[in-house]
Amino acid sequence: MSLGTNSMSNDTILKVEHLSMRFGGLMAINDFSFEAKRGEITALIGPNGAGKTTVFNCITGFYKPTMGMITLTQRDGEHYLLERLRDFEITKLARVSRTFQNIRLFSGLTVLENLLVAQHNALMKASGYTILGLLGLPAYRKASAAAIDKAKYWLDKANLTERADDPAGDLPYGAQRRLEIARAMCTGPELLCLDEPAAGLNPRESAALNTLLHSIRDEGVSILLIEHDMSVVMEISDHVVVLEYGQKISDGTPDHVKNDPKVIAAYLGVEDDEVEEIEEQLDEGTI
Amino acid sequence: MEYFVQQLANGLTLGSIYGLIAIGYTMVYGIIGMINFAHGDIFMLGAFAALIVFLILTSFFAGIPVALALLVMLIIAMLMTSLWNWTIERVAYRPLRGSFRLAPLITAIGMSIVLSNFIQVTQGPRNKPIPALVTDVYHFGDITISLKQIIIIALTAVLLTIFWYVVNKTPLGRAQRATEQDRKMAALLGVDVDRTISITFIMGAALAAVAGTMYLMYYGVATFNDGFIPGVKAFTAAVLGGIGSLPGAVLGGLLIGLIESLWSAYFTIAYKDVATFALLAFVLIFKPTGILGRPEVEKV
Amino acid sequence: MTQPSALENSGLMMQAVKEAVFAGAVAFGLFILYVGIETYQDINNALVWRTRWGLLFSFVAIAAFGRFVVVGFIKPHLDKRKRAKAKAGIPEVTDHKGFFHRHFLKIALVLLLLYPPLSVMLAGTQGSLKYVDNFGIQILIYVMLAWGLNIVVGLAGLLDLGYVAFYAVGAYSYALLSEHFGLSFWVLLPMAGILAAFWGIILGFPVLRLRGDYLAIVTLAFGEIIRLVLINWTVVTKGTFGVSGIPKASFFGIWSFDVGAPNNFTKAFGLSMSSAYYKIFLFYLILALCMLTAYVTIKLRRMPIGRAWEALREDEIACRSLGINTVTTKLTAFAIGAMIGGFAGAFFATRQGFVSPESFVFLESAVILAIVVLGGMGSLTGIAIAAIVMVGGTELLREMEFLKHVFGPDFTPELYRMLLFGLAMIVVMVFKPRGFVGSREPTAYLKERKAVSGSFTKEGHG
Repeated sequence: MSLGTNSMSNDTILKVEHLSMRFGGLMAINDFSFEAKRGEITALIGPNGAGKTTVFNCITGFYKPTMGMITLTQRDGEHYLLERLRDFEITKLARVSRTFQNIRLFSGLTVLENLLVAQHNALMKASGYTILGLLGLPAYRKASAAAIDKAKYWLDKANLTERADDPAGDLPYGAQRRLEIARAMCTGPELLCLDEPAAGLNPRESAALNTLLHSIRDEGVSILLIEHDMSVVMEISDHVVVLEYGQKISDGTPDHVKNDPKVIAAYLGVEDDEVEEIEEQLDEGTI
Repeated sequence: MEYFVQQLANGLTLGSIYGLIAIGYTMVYGIIGMINFAHGDIFMLGAFAALIVFLILTSFFAGIPVALALLVMLIIAMLMTSLWNWTIERVAYRPLRGSFRLAPLITAIGMSIVLSNFIQVTQGPRNKPIPALVTDVYHFGDITISLKQIIIIALTAVLLTIFWYVVNKTPLGRAQRATEQDRKMAALLGVDVDRTISITFIMGAALAAVAGTMYLMYYGVATFNDGFIPGVKAFTAAVLGGIGSLPGAVLGGLLIGLIESLWSAYFTIAYKDVATFALLAFVLIFKPTGILGRPEVEKV
Repeated sequence: MTQPSALENSGLMMQAVKEAVFAGAVAFGLFILYVGIETYQDINNALVWRTRWGLLFSFVAIAAFGRFVVVGFIKPHLDKRKRAKAKAGIPEVTDHKGFFHRHFLKIALVLLLLYPPLSVMLAGTQGSLKYVDNFGIQILIYVMLAWGLNIVVGLAGLLDLGYVAFYAVGAYSYALLSEHFGLSFWVLLPMAGILAAFWGIILGFPVLRLRGDYLAIVTLAFGEIIRLVLINWTVVTKGTFGVSGIPKASFFGIWSFDVGAPNNFTKAFGLSMSSAYYKIFLFYLILALCMLTAYVTIKLRRMPIGRAWEALREDEIACRSLGINTVTTKLTAFAIGAMIGGFAGAFFATRQGFVSPESFVFLESAVILAIVVLGGMGSLTGIAIAAIVMVGGTELLREMEFLKHVFGPDFTPELYRMLLFGLAMIVVMVFKPRGFVGSREPTAYLKERKAVSGSFTKEGHG
């Protein structure tokens, strides 16, 4: 299943151009552009209320952006303009899947069932849109077994095999996070969008999450994530985009961003004219 | 033109009654988010209380002034329905608070069945007619407006003003709004949530009793299953106006009353309820939060 | 603390007495007008009144005594048990269920198959009518309707208060098409289902965007609209008079149950003339329809569409994020639920031989929904039990002639049917908000099939 990541890592999977989103009088996102490379982990960071989740909701179709273009390029060169697709088509056709800041599991379904629901479209086709499946044709039975195998694969990756038959709502918090990611992976995405995956995790759960994310990247799936926790971002991401008040203030490698005075100012909350001061201090090496 | 104004007056009268019932629906929905399906039957209980009090009054004090009789009927009906609604909330709804959302809806439907059948069993299934109470009519050119119509519309206006004042300007209203926003937080800040909810049920019931008494006075008859159709229409009115909004409930009631009387007057009386329900479906589909409701933002 | 001390006990009794007095006072207030006073028309048709103090007193006494017993005895007992349970920890669910438990469904099916011959044997050909028709068929119709609504409410989590509309569409489709085109039951049964499904989609489309109680009220409105159209469109539906003379179903065209027909069933077998045979045939017919419904539901739950329904009930937004088209998912739920209602409607029409709008009032929708929720949403077994208890229980009341000896000859137990039905709805919900069967069976498993507790499942917001 693993694809060589190096040969592909240079082309762009997601290109966001001049994205703007207005809620009534509030300009939540203002002319925001960035690119995410295939096979990389791109992090979108920024202070509270910067508009990160709004960007996510625009990319995954839960909001229709006021302006801008979001282009997704698949491995085979197929292009999709995400802002023109309906939310479920973005997952179904463009192969972008996502998780939520407040975990959204099907808590009354078992862990395994959660992963099977994620394979809905493939199974629908295999069951001849239910009709052939009702007749119990072997094609559906085979697809059904394959779906369980795929679920097992991700259960194993997410270290959840033991809990496969338990209701999802019964899992501890960290396991729910991993399940949500495993579920998103079961849709067979090329780009995985994670909304604050590390929020609320203890250090051990955080480490388990990092392992999971790395193994996802090793499969050739690109990751776009929103994160608050800088240590997580710096550790796992290849590329960081910083957002403040709906505008991009920095974009580059983790090291570049870490030392960008504008970013520091945004996180420490200083006035604009103080930015220069910090710049100077940085040069002197006092921070 | 005269015909139109005449129908307008009829529609406003009917609409006021719907509006009074709708306030009870909207307040209860606003505060605990449940459709109190039994509310229409509370209205019916109010009409029956007024009816029984009327019979007792006229047999003991034959020459009682109509205004006094109406006042006594109104007060006793209000006390009666308040007690009923308070008890119903305590017995059937409170144990289910915070549980599975469909459970209180089912108990409310069950309660509605119980109340109408209770009256059927205890008071009999037949129509209960009473003699006309208020017979005065006024003529304005070709338009005839009866005193009872004026009473109903005026009473609704006065009650709405009082209720609006209570909900927006008093500590009780503040407690109600706080409970509506966030029950847990309100409790933490010292609002007696149980008491606030009980009072909301009592307020809704009292208004339903007013509507019931007015209904009895207007039509001169009450039946055990009178709760259902006005109940559904009043709920429609509450949704139409934007559920949770007090002025919305009255506005929705008036609209439905007007549509009903104008439709009957100009089209066919047979399909007047179809018109009402179709309007409800239309409004909800194109403006799902009703006319005065707050828009609901989908949180992702 | 094993035995409450005497002091505690007397305190408890004091409290019980206090609460009993309070309950009595409240009951007095509640019932003084409605029970204490009876209104009736005298010979001049004028409304008059008389008092019923005795009856009022019994109501008050029952309320006070009931409260006394609850506060003084039942509550402490329950608390003690709860404490004991908490101390013992959560009891392990035993996997070793009894023979009856394991083979419950098979046993139930065998009993159902044997039910008509058993009632003929026990009550005679003519006497079996009551048991087969009033109990058997009546209950099974509600089982089928509730199973159909279960797909919409229990699985997909879409609250539908107008389900009876599809029942009406099915019934009128059969009644009118057989009247005008002379088509047989077996041709019209699938057609009734398809027409109802079509209406399910038509009514489902506009309400897709609506959620929760708004959806409930619009479906209620649609149900009422269909009923009002049936009443008022007299040219086609004959209004409140209804359509009568609806032909009986035949045994797949081989034998007829019409008295005059040459291939009459009783004649063919040399049996004595009785409508009992037709009823027994109908019993097996509705049983087969129910089994079909159950089979389809069980099958669909294990298919992607069924899983998508349940996922939709749990979280619609998550569904969309997984690439599920929620519009078609909702519409299929509406359509299949409606189709089952349509089948039941066609059956109802052929069983009654007469349909009128009277049979399709909101109360019917409420009763069906109540059965679904009381049974435990999503659980076929629970729903069947709820239908038996609620419908069978109220039907039993009709049979309670002996009560006349207790309450006097004027006592008509039927009057209390809906009153008790409503009370039962409230009591079951207050004590078992998740219904009789609160847990759900998973549709797939890796190692072992574990039931999912009701506390995790959601009821949907649609």
